[in-house]
Amino acid sequence: MIPELGHYALVLALFVALVQSVPPLVGAATRNGAWMNVAVPAAIAQMLLVLIAYAALTWAHVVSDFSVLNVVQNSHSAKPMLYKVSGVWGNHEGSMMLWIVMLTIFGAAVAAFGRNLPPTLKARVLAVQGLIGVGFLLFILITSNPFIRVVPAPIDGNDLNPLLQDPGLAFHPPFLYAGYVGFSMAFSFAVAALIEGRVDPAWARWVRPWTLAAWSTLTMGIAMGSWWAYYELGWGGWWYWDPVENASFMPWLAGTALLHSAIVVEKRDALKSWTILLAIVTFSLSLMGTFLVRSGILTSVHAFAVDPKRGIFILVLLAVATGGSLLLYSLRAPTLKAGGLFAPISREGALVLNNLLLSTATATVFIGTLYPLFLDIMKLGKVSVGAPFFNATFLPVAIPMVVAMVVGPFLSWKRADLGAALSRLWVAGVAVVIAVAVTAYVKAGGGPLLALVGIGLAAWAFVGSLVEFADRIALFRTPFRNSWNRAVHLPRSAWGMTIAHACLGLSILGMTGTSAWQTESITAMKPGDRASVAGYEFRFDSVGLVDGPNFKAERGVFTVTRDGQRVATLEPERRSYSTTRMTTTESAIHTTVFSDLYVALGDPTQNGTAWIVRIYHHPLVPWIWIGGVGMMLGGLVSLTDRRFRIGAPERRRAAGKTGGKSAPLPAE
Amino acid sequence: MTRKKRRLYMLGLALLGLGSATALALTAFQDNIVFFYSPSQLQTQQVGDRNFRLGGLVEEGSVKKQPDGVTTVFRVTDTAHTVDVRYRGQLPDLFREGQGVVAEGRMTGGVFVAREVLAKHDENYMPPEVSEALKQAGVYKNPADSATKTAKKE
Repeated sequence: MIPELGHYALVLALFVALVQSVPPLVGAATRNGAWMNVAVPAAIAQMLLVLIAYAALTWAHVVSDFSVLNVVQNSHSAKPMLYKVSGVWGNHEGSMMLWIVMLTIFGAAVAAFGRNLPPTLKARVLAVQGLIGVGFLLFILITSNPFIRVVPAPIDGNDLNPLLQDPGLAFHPPFLYAGYVGFSMAFSFAVAALIEGRVDPAWARWVRPWTLAAWSTLTMGIAMGSWWAYYELGWGGWWYWDPVENASFMPWLAGTALLHSAIVVEKRDALKSWTILLAIVTFSLSLMGTFLVRSGILTSVHAFAVDPKRGIFILVLLAVATGGSLLLYSLRAPTLKAGGLFAPISREGALVLNNLLLSTATATVFIGTLYPLFLDIMKLGKVSVGAPFFNATFLPVAIPMVVAMVVGPFLSWKRADLGAALSRLWVAGVAVVIAVAVTAYVKAGGGPLLALVGIGLAAWAFVGSLVEFADRIALFRTPFRNSWNRAVHLPRSAWGMTIAHACLGLSILGMTGTSAWQTESITAMKPGDRASVAGYEFRFDSVGLVDGPNFKAERGVFTVTRDGQRVATLEPERRSYSTTRMTTTESAIHTTVFSDLYVALGDPTQNGTAWIVRIYHHPLVPWIWIGGVGMMLGGLVSLTDRRFRIGAPERRRAAGKTGGKSAPLPAE
Repeated sequence: MTRKKRRLYMLGLALLGLGSATALALTAFQDNIVFFYSPSQLQTQQVGDRNFRLGGLVEEGSVKKQPDGVTTVFRVTDTAHTVDVRYRGQLPDLFREGQGVVAEGRMTGGVFVAREVLAKHDENYMPPEVSEALKQAGVYKNPADSATKTAKKE
């Protein structure tokens, strides 16, 4: 009964989504207030219906209702409760449900909090959201219905893919999807603005919080995914430049560009048409990411078996959304009035450079990811493009970007003095020299030259961002109390920027450290054997059998010592899940924050007395994720800026000044 | 600066960005593209010392651990031809006889020395290149036919 209710709610949601999109569009065109106002209750009703459907599916998973095919295929009665709940979105149908849940929550948030939005803009934004909803609801109902029953119901289910039964991956999809779907808000606002034929600073101020929220959650989602790959796949790698990873990275790059160009629209009323284009591109890349993952057309280490029909459906959806919005853009963009002028060396100029480099980076990732597909379609052979390609194309763009990122905030709007800005950065310059010199001395030629560049870059980004903050609060130039006061009253968006920029430096540090100086040992070890890696001695003590709720595991015990001192006991596992007949590697990691000691237990050797053991020493690797979490926090701090309080900005006020007393404060 | 001039600058910059991206990509492609071959294609293809991907099925009964414990030798087949493969390291969790596999490496003395064996997240997943290669050899069975019972996994 409950699954049928869920299915029914989903069908109703489709019709409500139609009501949310068509009448308001007509109403906005004919200035019919009643028709426009339909969008608000419709958006909320659609959210409630989708939530009911989602709750029904969750219920079926939690009580292990094996008369529902989706539960049979992805659950097992012995599965821990956490994975019963996360298993709802750990499969194709459920993940699409999660997608639509996020979409309608965002839509309802605009309906509920967007009281100050001009009525036509609000109606159109909600209508576009409604249309996206129609597309995805159709997709679910036609190709991926999660409520299909099986008769007779089996006694137990097939269990969830064991690789997904992991806390890191349990929460990876919600964050990732919140990011993808969050960019749909920027998209809806962009399309609505094109229909309106009007973009102004107030528009940018409505769009920015949504973009910030989406960007922050996407950052977190990517960081979690990379962390999961690091410890769960047992290879100790954190990024493979794999198509599925790139699929989430491209919207992130484009979204980062959007985040920055929206600042220019808000502050200077310039780059409007470019920002609209970016909003369209960012969401299109999110859709394309979904398509690449869900269609399985690219070989990927993260690929799952899929149904080609679904891929075609998403491709059509992508074509309609992207093609339609780009067509609208080409018709309407020329009518957008260009705004403020600026010299090449200025804050605007720096942000243009940022956008240029980020778009170039996105383009290189895009080319590398889709080129194999292109060759395949043209029957020119099967190829794959791996890490060497991306290192050769992405890094030359990323390095100048980080260098410029530190300088940009020192430049003033309209016209700036580059020499003066650089001279204020002398502390960061000194930090770079020290960091590079120390690294070169300590490592004495070990590792590639690029590692020194990486370390220098990390120091530049981290110290440079802090110097900018210190400069802004006049640290050491006025009494400390005074600086403290300034810091407290600085806009939250300034805090957010400093945190995010500095944390990018930390991530670069981690990436450089582990790429350049990781050491590994792969050997067959018997209990009692010792291995020595990076000055640590690993003693393989024993292997025991452990019973989990839905798996059996061999658990190895390793004692790690350094110079005779005990450092840690590591207990990696090799789990066999009986229902799926799959084995997973649960690596054991000891982290000192400055490095990770990583042990993974592999297959037993032929006679069964020894095991293949992978031992890694990953210097600095935790900083990749510390930096990632920090970037997300930066985004969230920025989001609490009072100017972005949802519904706060009004067009009237924005037309004059940027708002009350914030005028004398240093620009963000 | 006039509006027109600024627009011209912006256009120039954008073209510069796009151009450099393309140039970077093209030069990188020359060295870094990895081709995919099936065992049958290898019979006619000159691969020399280049890195490439080999795909097919792991032949039943061919997987042997070497005495050092960490090296595995096996044969990859598309049923028409086979290739001997040697891999040092830990095989992915879903590596199994009779299943599809994609390995990256190069030919050394008639043996394909794999640098990497690609992992899969899902036992029903067949890399598209492998299913294509098997289709060409005429032995492809749609995994969906055999997998309807075992149910597809996310």
